[in-house]
Amino acid sequence: MSADTHGHAGHTHAHGHDHGHDAPHSTRGGYITGFLLSVVLTAIPFGIVMGGWIVDTRVAVAVCAALAMVQIVVHMIYFLHMNSKSEQGWTLMALVFTIIIIVIALAGSLWVMYNMNLNMMPGMASGAGM
Amino acid sequence: MSATTVPTGDTPVFYQLEEEHHEPGGSTLLGFWMYLMSDCLIFAMLFAAWGVYGTSFAGGPTSHELFKLPLVAVNTAMLLFSSITYGFAMIAMQEQRKGAVQAWLLLTALFGAAFLGIELYEFSELIHEGAGPWRSAFLSSFFTLVGTHGLHVTFGLIWLFTLMVQIGRKGLIPANVRRLQCLSLFWHFLDVIWIGVFTFVYLFGAMR
Repeated sequence: MSADTHGHAGHTHAHGHDHGHDAPHSTRGGYITGFLLSVVLTAIPFGIVMGGWIVDTRVAVAVCAALAMVQIVVHMIYFLHMNSKSEQGWTLMALVFTIIIIVIALAGSLWVMYNMNLNMMPGMASGAGM
Repeated sequence: MSATTVPTGDTPVFYQLEEEHHEPGGSTLLGFWMYLMSDCLIFAMLFAAWGVYGTSFAGGPTSHELFKLPLVAVNTAMLLFSSITYGFAMIAMQEQRKGAVQAWLLLTALFGAAFLGIELYEFSELIHEGAGPWRSAFLSSFFTLVGTHGLHVTFGLIWLFTLMVQIGRKGLIPANVRRLQCLSLFWHFLDVIWIGVFTFVYLFGAMR
């Protein structure tokens, strides 16, 4: 019970001392850290868009998307207490599976529909023999 | 361990005939996590629909004209505040302070209700401007995605009040602790979804 507590303390900031239960032992510091990080990671994208900090729209989109991903990870660690050990790793396993499905579904939908939009443009169907 | 060897002499040999004892509700959290992951897939599909239809304005109002970012910023703050207050409720639960748990839950509910109120105000404004879900594919996918999230928050609020009554009656018994942990996952999960909503729907929409 105490053997693995110190060995992996490095990457489990919010709950360095679980007592062998499945439920994580959350700490005030962990929640406050997560909250402050979230505030910063929310304020920056809003500033970029509302304040026009980045003129190039493409760069702004990329930065906002990246910040959203970082904030999702922050929430996962500090609020949802995700780690590789909870429920013998099955929660992480389910999460990884879900992410794979989401990536396939999102990328596939956008790709297919984008191409369809291109090919269904009025004027492009001239040689299609409709 | 030596289940295959024939017992000889008077060394006791144990066979595991019955299932191990499982605590009631011991697998609830994992099961609830599975539910959240499937819920995640619902939102992924709605995000995909938004990704496809987000610019199909059908000659109607565009996202750039419609979205009021200050309102969205306030809404985001409400949900983030409700997340941290729920976190403090969980800490009070660990410290077995029933009154503090109830107080933090009430504060969480207030922030959640404020979020819903602002969202409903935004929806009513849009519909009043003639930008209801029937106007264009863009608005259909917008209302479906944001509305589904709002519906989740509504059910989360109902759950929150139910839990407050249960804690008020029975205190912090193991069953209620388990329910608090499940709702904690649900509530923080909704905040995670909202990160996607405010970034990919509102901020990207406003930049178009």
